[in-house]
Order: sequence, then structure tokens, then C-alpha cells
Amino acid sequence: MIEHYLSLFVKSIFIENMALAFFLGMCTFMAVSKKVDTAIGLGIAVVFVQAITVPVNNLIYQNVLKEGSLAWAGLESVDLTFLGLITYIGVIAAIVQILEMILDKYVPSLYNSLGIFLPLITVNCAILGGSLFMVERNYNFGESVVYGFGSGFGWALAIVALAGIREKMKYSNVPEGLRGLGITFITAGLMAIAFMLFSGIQL
Amino acid sequence: MAKVKYKEILFDPIFKSNPITLQVLGICSALAVTTKLETALVMSLAVTVVVAFSNLFVSLIRNYVPSSIRILVEMTIIASLVIIADQFIKAFAYDVSKQLSVYVGLIITNCIVMGRAEAYALKNPPLQSFMDGVGNGLGYAVILLVVGFMRELFGSGKFFGISIFPLTTDGGWYQGNGLMLLAPSAFFLIAMFIWVLRTFYPEQVEEK
Repeated sequence: MIEHYLSLFVKSIFIENMALAFFLGMCTFMAVSKKVDTAIGLGIAVVFVQAITVPVNNLIYQNVLKEGSLAWAGLESVDLTFLGLITYIGVIAAIVQILEMILDKYVPSLYNSLGIFLPLITVNCAILGGSLFMVERNYNFGESVVYGFGSGFGWALAIVALAGIREKMKYSNVPEGLRGLGITFITAGLMAIAFMLFSGIQL
Repeated sequence: MAKVKYKEILFDPIFKSNPITLQVLGICSALAVTTKLETALVMSLAVTVVVAFSNLFVSLIRNYVPSSIRILVEMTIIASLVIIADQFIKAFAYDVSKQLSVYVGLIITNCIVMGRAEAYALKNPPLQSFMDGVGNGLGYAVILLVVGFMRELFGSGKFFGISIFPLTTDGGWYQGNGLMLLAPSAFFLIAMFIWVLRTFYPEQVEEK
């Protein structure tokens, strides 16, 4: 049992890395990876939000939206899956808002270091992508907790690595047209190739 | 008041202020759905429609929504539009919808939609916003189609599923380029696209 969860965890970090294997959360991945410090801050925020939203959305999906899941209310044949998207994004926006308030009240130091990144996370596709993959693969609650944490962690790992490379790249002479965004794309592409070496691994 | 230049609003985002190469918006889906031209085409159509209409609706209600809850309202509009688009694709192009998997749903968090709603539709009248949405959708579509075209042609020697270069595996002469089928090639193709674009528009070059 533990082995199953452990392999899911490793799989969600390395083999199915959110950023480098599925290209989710790319906009922030490209835009907020200029400095390692900010990348770490954003990474922590993503892990937090991902680890909470995926299990919550899992509960909602299993108990309300899935076909036949409303049987406890006497509605056996109701299928609400088409409401999925709007529900998940609502849950994500709400949880980000609540998390912001809680952190502001009880852990102000962390709140200050995360700053603007928390609200930005609402529109990070990695978060919504996590929930959608969870639905598509039909994870149960335990699996979704592990998957949420693992995929968030994998994304954080990737953005910190990219930020490290970009900091080093300040010293190199890049052709004019490629400066900034262009070379970042190429770097990310090379990183994605490196990550593909995990892809054949069966756990 | 100066005459509103609809043509510029419509065509500027295609090359001059392209959402992907200059504004860094909506990259995620651009990378994942471009292995084939067909999926790229469906995806760009869906995004263009969603951006255009979300811009229109956000602009229509822009004077009645307090700014503190505007993000929530925008999200609701966008999510509803995406659900409609998703159901449409499922109904009329079921195979493609299977291949696109979660990426249709991810149009909600595609920053182009949100970014244009925030940056343009909140400040401008409906018709202009609609045009701006269509323009940005087309800018996104151009990149998707160019990348999709290159990847499908060089990766599997096909164009819209029709064989152009017969592959060696089927007794032809063309050895398919495996890298083009893998996701990282999209990164390189977009980087090249940016390079070409910035050679023609030097003002887009970033500070060192």
C-alpha cells in the first residue's frame, strides 16, 4: 500500500513533471524565473495550494459531480460532470483567497515573502491541470493527496532549476533576437529533454 | 475623438504585439497541442472564440462590476464560455477532444484570455474589445499553426494527416525526425519564431 503511494509520489515529481513533461504553468514558469529567490517563493506557494486544492476537488468530484454520486440525496441518475470546470476554478480561487487570509493572520513572515505570487496562482494552469488530471485518472482521496503534493513539488523543483540556469546565463553573450524570452525557451526545451530520461521508468 | 482604427486593433497582435512571443501569455497550451495540425487548429479556433467573446462580455459589464470582485466575475464568464466550447468540441470532433484531453479545460487559465480581459476589455468599449480578442486569438493561432505545421511535416511527414513525405517505415524515403514528435521541439520552434520576429521588429529585443 505504502509502496503504491510512494511510486505515485515519485512518478508525479519526475516522470510526469507538471512543468517539463506536460508544460503546465508555463506562463509563470517563463515570466517569474529571473531570480532564484522569487522562484523558491513561488514554488512553495504552488506546493501549498496544489496539496490543498487537488484533494478538495477530489472530494467534490467523488461526492457531488460524478455520475450517480448524488444517490445519497435520492438523485441516482444526475450527472453533473459538465459543471466540473467552473467548480474547480471556483474552489481554487476560494482556497487561494482563504490561504492568503490565514497566512496573513498567523504566518505573516511567509505571507510577506510570498507577496504577489499567491493571488497569481489562481491563474496558474498547473493548479487547474492537477485537478483535471486527478479527475481524468480517477484517483481516490489518498492518491489525490499524494498526487497534489507531488505534482506541486515537481513544478517547484523545475522553476527553481530554471531560475538557477537563468542567473548563470546573465554572464553570457546571447544573440540579440534571442535575448530574454527566446533563450529561456531554448533552456526550458533542453531541460525538458533531460527530464525525458525518466519517462520510460516503470514503478 | 480620433477615429478608432479597427484594422490595427485586429492585426497588430498577429506580429507586432503577438501574445505568445511578446506578452508571454498562453504558452502552456501552445506547447502541448501542436504535435498535429488538426489539434492545433481546433485549439486555436476554441481559444479565438473564447477570447473574443470573453472580451466582449467583460467589456459590456465593465461599468457595473466593482473592481474588488472583478476577477471572480471574469473567471465565471470565461469558465462558462470554455464549458460551451468544450461541449461543442466533444459533440462535433470527438476524436480531437480525446487528444486534447485536459487542455481544452485549461483555456480557462490560459493567460491570454485573462490577460486581455484585464488589460484591454476593462478599459474599452465592446466592439473594440471584441476585435482585440479576435486579433489576439489569431496571433495565438499563427504560432500554433506554424509550430504544428513544422512538427507534423518533419516529425511524421504528414500534412493534416495526408502523407507528404512517405516514411521509411511504410516503404518510402523519408526518415521521420523523432525529436519533432517530442514535446521539447515546440520550445525550440517557438524560440526560433521569436528570433525571426525580433530580427524584423528590432524594438522588441529585450535589454540585456
